[in-house]
Amino acid sequence: MAKMGVIGDRDSVLLFKAVGLDVFCETDGEKANMLLHRLARQGYAVVYVTETLYPHCKETILEYQAQAYPAIIPIPDATGTRNIGMGALKQNVEKAVGVDILFNN
Amino acid sequence: MASMMQVKPTRMELSNLKKRRTVAIRGHKMMKDKRDELVRRFIVLARRNKELRVEVEKKLNTAMKSFVLARAVMSGTEIEEALLYPARAVQVEAKTQSILSIPVPKLTMDTQEGFVYPYGFASTGADLDLAVQSLAEVLPLMLELAEIEKACSRLADEIEKTRRRVNALEYVMIPQFDETIRRIQMKLDENERGNLTRLMKTKDMLQEQQK
Repeated sequence: MAKMGVIGDRDSVLLFKAVGLDVFCETDGEKANMLLHRLARQGYAVVYVTETLYPHCKETILEYQAQAYPAIIPIPDATGTRNIGMGALKQNVEKAVGVDILFNN
Repeated sequence: MASMMQVKPTRMELSNLKKRRTVAIRGHKMMKDKRDELVRRFIVLARRNKELRVEVEKKLNTAMKSFVLARAVMSGTEIEEALLYPARAVQVEAKTQSILSIPVPKLTMDTQEGFVYPYGFASTGADLDLAVQSLAEVLPLMLELAEIEKACSRLADEIEKTRRRVNALEYVMIPQFDETIRRIQMKLDENERGNLTRLMKTKDMLQEQQK
């Protein structure tokens, strides 16, 4: 059985414990990077990272982008969404198609 | 104009180059087909990705808001006590499926019948119940989002790579082969003509001598 984890500040991720995800409280970018590496080694399939922390982990995320697992996914935190997840999707679309066809309204 | 490759103008090289050119043209055609198919699938996935992300973000925000309210009402230790031990662990099966031989994750969750709160009702507020319940609802969506978002980013990478290959073949490799083949052909023809003239000249000279 694969494992799923959540990384972020305490207020945002504590709730995920209730539904059975593995919760890691971390606000420091450097430590979060190390944590991501460790989780990847331990065979986590999905790791959700709060959008506040996501830009600090960019290096690690790029490293694992070429592999099927783990999937590192940004989620909004307690302070609301910052459109980082949407930004990543937009970037992907631009990379693949050349122009932004999803958000051009 | 494409530059010429550094090869000796021999028949051997010419036939080698012609073979490589046919392979390049075939490869180019296949790469192009692959790119088109990848883009088609990518667009479907990207649309779904956008829908999912909007929905997940909206629902997560609601859950988080309820949680913030719950935190305001209850003390930190109470909350931690309530959430410390999950009533169930999520059972997720992680497989890989392949989209045009690109491995992408396939996640399936075993949904257990009946949702149970991981805590007693005595010391917790209604806001916490609400937060946990809405989070449990959004969890399958989050799983699908993870799956699709990963697939999207892998496809985008692959499309970029394939497009580069298509362009390299179309605008660099194939013109280069064409140009080189043309040059070798010209050189060989020139040699042939030179040879012929020399032969004719020798023949003339021999005839002069015999007279």
